[in-house]
Amino acid sequence: MKNKINRNFYAYLFIIPFFTVFVVFQLYPILYTFFLSFHKWDGISKIVNVGVDNFETLLRDKYFSLSLKNTVRIWLGNFIPQIGIALLLAGIFTFNRIKGMTFFRAVFYLPNLVTAASMGLLFNLLFDGNKSVINQILMNLGIINTPIEFFSSPIFASSIASYIQWWMWFGYTLIIVMAGMTSISSEIYEAAMVDGATSVKTFFYITLPLVRPTLLYLMITSIIGGMQLFDVPATLTNGLGDPQKSILTTAMYIYNTGFKNHNMGYASTLSVGLFIIIAILSVISFRIMNAKEEK
Amino acid sequence: MGIKSKSKVLNFLKYAFLILLTFISIFPFYLMIVNGTHSSMDIVTKLNLWFGSSLGENYAKMQSNVNIWSGFFNSLKISVPYTAFTGYFGALTAYSFAKYNFKGKNILFTILLVSMMLPSQLSIIGFYQLNLKLNLLNTTLPFSIPGIANASAVFFLKGIIEQSIPDSMIEAARIEGSSEFMLFNRLILPCISPGVATMCIFNFVSSWNNYLGPLVILSSNDKYTMPVMISMIKGLYLTNYGAMYLAIAISVIPIIIMYLFCSKYIINGITAGAEK
Repeated sequence: MKNKINRNFYAYLFIIPFFTVFVVFQLYPILYTFFLSFHKWDGISKIVNVGVDNFETLLRDKYFSLSLKNTVRIWLGNFIPQIGIALLLAGIFTFNRIKGMTFFRAVFYLPNLVTAASMGLLFNLLFDGNKSVINQILMNLGIINTPIEFFSSPIFASSIASYIQWWMWFGYTLIIVMAGMTSISSEIYEAAMVDGATSVKTFFYITLPLVRPTLLYLMITSIIGGMQLFDVPATLTNGLGDPQKSILTTAMYIYNTGFKNHNMGYASTLSVGLFIIIAILSVISFRIMNAKEEK
Repeated sequence: MGIKSKSKVLNFLKYAFLILLTFISIFPFYLMIVNGTHSSMDIVTKLNLWFGSSLGENYAKMQSNVNIWSGFFNSLKISVPYTAFTGYFGALTAYSFAKYNFKGKNILFTILLVSMMLPSQLSIIGFYQLNLKLNLLNTTLPFSIPGIANASAVFFLKGIIEQSIPDSMIEAARIEGSSEFMLFNRLILPCISPGVATMCIFNFVSSWNNYLGPLVILSSNDKYTMPVMISMIKGLYLTNYGAMYLAIAISVIPIIIMYLFCSKYIINGITAGAEK
């Protein structure tokens, strides 16, 4: 009995560092951000309570709604092709004996590991200007006659941001989808084969429904990550989301409001607003995916 | 014959598709390295698909504006302790949750799981205020200490401890008179070191790539980490494209080299994490 108490003492001792640091460096910042969302603060002078004023401003703030639209557009533009390509590749890899499968998979995953901020700048250099590398490639191949000003077009800028995100994440998504697929027992596939199902049919009627939990996991983590998108669009152009604020994401707007305009209170309100939207989107996607399962 | 040639065409298309995606994945890195070896004049006047001879010149230009190695070492100063903390404290916390029964265990573990889903970048204002209050602005501590509380490391390592360490082994060590703390350090930690190593690779990379946090907390040139430094070079180098490509390359090549050696480890690590 005494031994048991002694052991429990160690059990608590072992988790104390984790929870202490968690409370100080994670929980406190979250709670304080909520607290600040009802205040005015420039980062130096005294904090002033302004009630729900910040939230009223938020609802009328056209940059907030614009930044949300941009974030969702850039996210959809990378998430849909990401899942599509990952499913296609996972289908190819699981239904065929592909030589060099591990090599291909390893290469596809590489862009996920490198510094996103560096990649933003790299793609800026590759695309920006009349003499940019991409323009020279396209002109040499005869695809275009005059160079494209990629970063004066909002559509191009937003598409490039989506493309970089897709490029960085499709390999990761592939690995997760494949892990979900290989956990499906081979007996199910064999039974389908005996019944005469083609591999395309097997994929749509057996594999896809069975990897739904995996897809749900990917969708929710991707929403949480994608709605906070910052590094790539912030380094892709001037950090203000130009051209015409087309790649101003909400996270960038929060950063600019708090640390460039020193409006920490309102930046906190923006954070709370985005937090609520992420929560709503996660719940909706959870409901949609689960509803399908019940049918 | 018809079916056979059809399946041949299909097979060819599959490989063509895979090779195209391989090209897409690697080509930007190739352009980065190739352009890093060309003069800025070369870069704006012609298309360069092979290595040039201006590497030394670009390096000198790059170093004349900022000392890239200072950014490199500042990143290491953050990433190495962060990684060590996640490995050690992640394993310690995971061990406690995996092998002890104590009051409040389930609630605390639920809190830990929920914390994994929290959008961390959204508390950046609170994080700034915390470090202002603690007088930690422009220091590396706000980035190394949080390694102690890395929930995904705990989650991952808890699974490994449960799978690979039988209770009987722990009991045997206790009978031999080992103290609880010694037991963890001498027995548990060595046994799960492969899992800890995998976890450490991921945490090192994510710490190395962290941009927003250091951007907010660090305020002097000599403290900037690699990503912060890279994000500022566009304004510093203006039209020195060669120097910029080279700087970007230096910021990502360590990760690419590391990946060449342990890609198998890394991919197995993601898979193991996803299956739980």
